[in-house]
Amino acid sequence: MNDFDQISRSARARKTAVRAITYVLLGLWAVMVLFPYYWMLLTSVKSYSSYNAEYVPTFFTLTPTLENYVSAFTQVPLARYFLNSIIFTVITTALMMAVIVPAAFAFARLQFKGRDLVFSLFLALMMIPNELVIITNFQTITNLGLRNSFPGLILPSVTSIFYIYLLRENFAQIPDELYNAAKVDGTGDFKYLTRVMMPICKPTIITILILKIIECWNSYVWPRLVTDDPAYFLVSNGIQEIRENGFGRENVPAMMAAVVVISVPLIVLFLIFRNKVMEGVSRGGIKG
Amino acid sequence: MAGKKGDNNLKGWLYLLPALLFLGAFMVYPLVDVFIYSFEEGYNSASQTFMGVGLYNYSRVLHDPYFLQALKNTFILVIITVPLSTLIALLISLGLNSITTLKKFFQTVYFLPYVTNTLAVGLVFMILFKKTAYSDGLVNLMLAWFGKGPIDFIDGPYWAKMFVLCFYTIWIVMPFKVLILTSALAGVNQDYYNAARVDGTSPFRIFHKITLPMISPMIFYLVITGFIGAFKAYSDAVALFGTNLNAAQMNTIVGYVYDKLYGDGGGYPSYASAAAIILFAVVFTITMINLAISKKNVHY
Repeated sequence: MNDFDQISRSARARKTAVRAITYVLLGLWAVMVLFPYYWMLLTSVKSYSSYNAEYVPTFFTLTPTLENYVSAFTQVPLARYFLNSIIFTVITTALMMAVIVPAAFAFARLQFKGRDLVFSLFLALMMIPNELVIITNFQTITNLGLRNSFPGLILPSVTSIFYIYLLRENFAQIPDELYNAAKVDGTGDFKYLTRVMMPICKPTIITILILKIIECWNSYVWPRLVTDDPAYFLVSNGIQEIRENGFGRENVPAMMAAVVVISVPLIVLFLIFRNKVMEGVSRGGIKG
Repeated sequence: MAGKKGDNNLKGWLYLLPALLFLGAFMVYPLVDVFIYSFEEGYNSASQTFMGVGLYNYSRVLHDPYFLQALKNTFILVIITVPLSTLIALLISLGLNSITTLKKFFQTVYFLPYVTNTLAVGLVFMILFKKTAYSDGLVNLMLAWFGKGPIDFIDGPYWAKMFVLCFYTIWIVMPFKVLILTSALAGVNQDYYNAARVDGTSPFRIFHKITLPMISPMIFYLVITGFIGAFKAYSDAVALFGTNLNAAQMNTIVGYVYDKLYGDGGGYPSYASAAAIILFAVVFTITMINLAISKKNVHY
């Protein structure tokens, strides 16, 4: 055996070792991430009596039960919270689209006095944290008598300047020639927007839709401020309510069943639109 | 032609109108109003009257022990989680970038916390860490393997609660950081690495001299957004310790703002406004410092 063989063999061995360590560490973090999900699923199928009998928690169960899911829907108004969140998410997202699409179109395509100034102001507003404006919004909604109502929940949640910006950038990439050709054909601006621009920018629009849906589904702070009537709670507030006054006694398995139910929709949405979600978030979504 | 131009102006504003209405009512007006509130002394929510104008609200907030507790909690949270989460995210991204098999699987798994409801998973973390009459909880079971514990992480000593809060915060912010750093690393031109390999450069030197400078803009971006996000921490704490954060000594600045606005200690929009503006001033200052440091150290 010569030196070369020995060196190349030891180099290969080291490479394999590094690779193995990498996989072990990545696997460890994957376990850290997945474990809470596993634990919520596992606990949600343990029966109330068996869960409370475990002084030392067990890592699996041989007698899974669905009774907790039944209690989650019958003993607390989980279905109500779920439905409220769906109504809130759908209307807010739809209204947002109706607001941001024309605005993005105006910024990207129309020529009018003051456009660039207003656009700069919009960009400046993007820096304003929600915490600063939420105080007055709370007062406004209270004074309008809109607490514990859908308009009160929805109206302040509609606008997202960042999405106007994202869509404007995308609209602006569409060549002028298309617009001029449409003009010659006598196509109006609105028709051009809906028939030409929106279909071309469909990927961006879908990304925005998904990000907004995630934001709406997980929103907690604003709903907590403007609703104290459980009839208008969204899922986040519902979970908090279940935790604090929920099942009468500390029924952890039923709580976990509720947690599973409200987590599933977004996880499914994410697994279907994985690339869109990740691409959208990396283009500027921040948690919150 | 002049008439046509007027039409265009009108049309442009018409398309903008919905956005302007929403932003005016729920962003611009509140932004002005919050400063006005913060200077109105003795504001009464019921009668909507106030007694005078001045800095009393700020001084009152700055002398409130609950606010000082919230300030301390928030600073500890920021100082621990921002560097730690960025570092762990960097290690994970380096690992992810060096493999091909299972890469997509790991990326998908790591992203999951981003799409899960903070309140919901927080409840799971609480169950894992909590010590009750029935059970010490899973984390304490694991501590017992090493002959430690049991510690009540949810209702126990301050450092234990802070540990859980930091742990959960890092768990929550990791997806965003890993995503950004992984794509930054993938974007580094392979030619640099090939050249370094030909020269026989050591892996550590490659990382220090090529990788780190190339991704430094993204690291600073994450540090800046990390600071901003951590200063605004709130729902993570609620998820773990319940809505009465003052009782748990775990309140954050944002939590303090909302408590002053509404709830048991609520009805004081003036104090809430003053606290929110103090928070904004702190975040703004830190962001400016970060930007100044990044100008010196980031290679574009």
